[in-house]
Amino acid sequence: MTNRINQLLTQTSNHILSIYFTAGYPNLNDTMKITERLELSGVNMIEIGMPYSDPVADGPIIQATSEKALQNGMSVSILFEQIKDLRQKVKIPILLMGYVNPFLQYGAENFLKKASEIGIDGLIIPDLPLELYQEEFESMFHKYNIKNIFLITPQSTDERIRKIDSISSSFIYVVASFSITGTKFGIEAQQESYFKRIVDLKLKNPTVVGFGINDKNSFEKTCKYSNGAIIGSSFLKHIEKNDITLDAIKSFVKGIKE
Amino acid sequence: MTKTMETNVYQVNEKGFYGDFGGAFVPEMLYPNIEELRKTYLSIINESAFQEELNILLKDYVGRPTPLNFAKRLSEKYQTQVYLKREDLCHTGAHKINNTLGQILLAKRLGKKRIIAKTGAGQHGVATATVCALMGFECVIYMGEIDIERQNPNVQRMKMLGATIRPATCGSRTLKDATNEAMRDWIANPVDTHYIIGSVVGPHPYPDLVARFQAIISEEIGIQLKEKTGNPDPTHIIACVGGGSNAAGAFYHYLDKKNVKLIAAEAAGQGVNSGYSAATTFLGKKGVLHGSRTLLMQTQDGQVVEPHSISAGLDYPGIGPMHANLFESGRAQFVDITDDESLKAAILLSRIEGIIPALETAHAIACLEKIKFSPNDIVVINLSGRGDKDLNTYIKSGIIDQKNE
Ligand SMILES: Cc1ncc(COP(=O)(O)O)c(C=O)c1O
Repeated sequence: MTNRINQLLTQTSNHILSIYFTAGYPNLNDTMKITERLELSGVNMIEIGMPYSDPVADGPIIQATSEKALQNGMSVSILFEQIKDLRQKVKIPILLMGYVNPFLQYGAENFLKKASEIGIDGLIIPDLPLELYQEEFESMFHKYNIKNIFLITPQSTDERIRKIDSISSSFIYVVASFSITGTKFGIEAQQESYFKRIVDLKLKNPTVVGFGINDKNSFEKTCKYSNGAIIGSSFLKHIEKNDITLDAIKSFVKGIKE
Repeated sequence: MTKTMETNVYQVNEKGFYGDFGGAFVPEMLYPNIEELRKTYLSIINESAFQEELNILLKDYVGRPTPLNFAKRLSEKYQTQVYLKREDLCHTGAHKINNTLGQILLAKRLGKKRIIAKTGAGQHGVATATVCALMGFECVIYMGEIDIERQNPNVQRMKMLGATIRPATCGSRTLKDATNEAMRDWIANPVDTHYIIGSVVGPHPYPDLVARFQAIISEEIGIQLKEKTGNPDPTHIIACVGGGSNAAGAFYHYLDKKNVKLIAAEAAGQGVNSGYSAATTFLGKKGVLHGSRTLLMQTQDGQVVEPHSISAGLDYPGIGPMHANLFESGRAQFVDITDDESLKAAILLSRIEGIIPALETAHAIACLEKIKFSPNDIVVINLSGRGDKDLNTYIKSGIIDQKNE
């Protein structure tokens, strides 16, 4: 079975730009507008964030946009309704990112079935443990041809990274920053050696880097060691300031890619 | 603390689950931190040198064993035999220190230099700051900005004990946001920092770790009751449940003894169906909260619902996975106690036993009104904490000016 993520990764091996945004922010019904405009602006892949009340793996900006989106009334069912005609309009790979509790409440199988009908290509659920995924959900993901994306971090051992590589079949999400404090220079030095370590592992899956990528400079730097990068908070800050018009979104993407 | 009952059905299994509940639902960023704990905690806390150091501190510093106090007038009033397990007499005024002391010794053996914790009302923060001062650890406490304003005396206590208070300024600026901030800190400082969780909640192995440190409560109850009555087993044990650490401790050695009925008091707030409640087993559904599968109060869409209770320590949208399993299996009975019922119980205990209980504890006392006990029943109530911290709430409620009945 083909999957748009894998098609993208075979066609394009470098400078893949993936943008994350929170569904339901700034307004409840902006989801499709933002998605279409991101594609028109030339991004390669999109992660639609499903807002959650307790987003432990996210920073303050995504926490704030999630809270706003929930106040606006966003829910999993509303999101599915908003994006039901997604594939009549958008061709690039689309992933959903969210937390495990809403996924389980919707019903894992129902969720995957619905997502697959809509044409979603992958899921990122940071607090779904790998072991539980293997035990309870892996065959379901395969059945509906949805890729589950795993994260690795600077603290992940080589052994853990190899295990994640072995059960992944699209790309691995490399969490870039391991410190939210600390000096910039220090982080960068540590990051480089971490990125090199991953390259040296010669993984079978491509890698895409996320967390802390915010401009052309950091995008270019990570692309030296990986197939691309994911930008979230920085994009959300941009639309907070400049709105979600095609021009505003284009100018953000241009700033990163050109 | 003993290493008994590894195979008990109410205990955690090797995968970190209590029946359907538990596990470690953590993002990969926290995986190494949790793995380190999971791999090492049992061997460390079962070492005899560890146990010896802990036992000396529990005795000389905390003041253990805490008394088991026959409550004569309370027994007469309810026509049964009530014993109070006096955790309120622990140093810092509650059971919380049994756990923080155990965890700081664990942190020392793991080579950590720095402790972080989050606190809502400040009780766990004070218990953490206390042991950090005792053991010479750097201590950072995360607290919502709003809670900092509301809980000023505890904030000052923590500062006096040398802790740094970091306000959570995002979102609702309460406990939930403090939790996020503490997580980010731990993700950023996995090597030198230990995160002390204050109840039997969170990802495995925390619920088991905390339960084992609190298990000293039921261990002592058995010994003390045998001395007093000739039988180590009561007929009933009552404890309040926020996350459930004092209840876990009071139940621990009795989990397998079906002749001992376990009763958990939950905070119903203004009433289970009022929309202002924290009675998780009545309102909750299965889901994942703070790293474990448990029962939690949530919307149909799986968003966590804000709980309400007059008692800050019970104001939690979930319960620990051990308790979710005790509920589902029917091993423990859960009782809903409203804000008003707890206030009445607090004034009652003050007036007829001369003990001002914490508001959390008052929920356990209030069960005496709700359940009919027989004259021969031996009812142990875990008196988890003293009420000094709640004096302002008691004053505002007006109960202090009530005449004796
Ligand atoms: C005196 C007292 N009892 C009970 C609790 C509730 O916690 P747990 O359910 O973990 O015992 C608290 C929490 O702050 C407390 O201070």
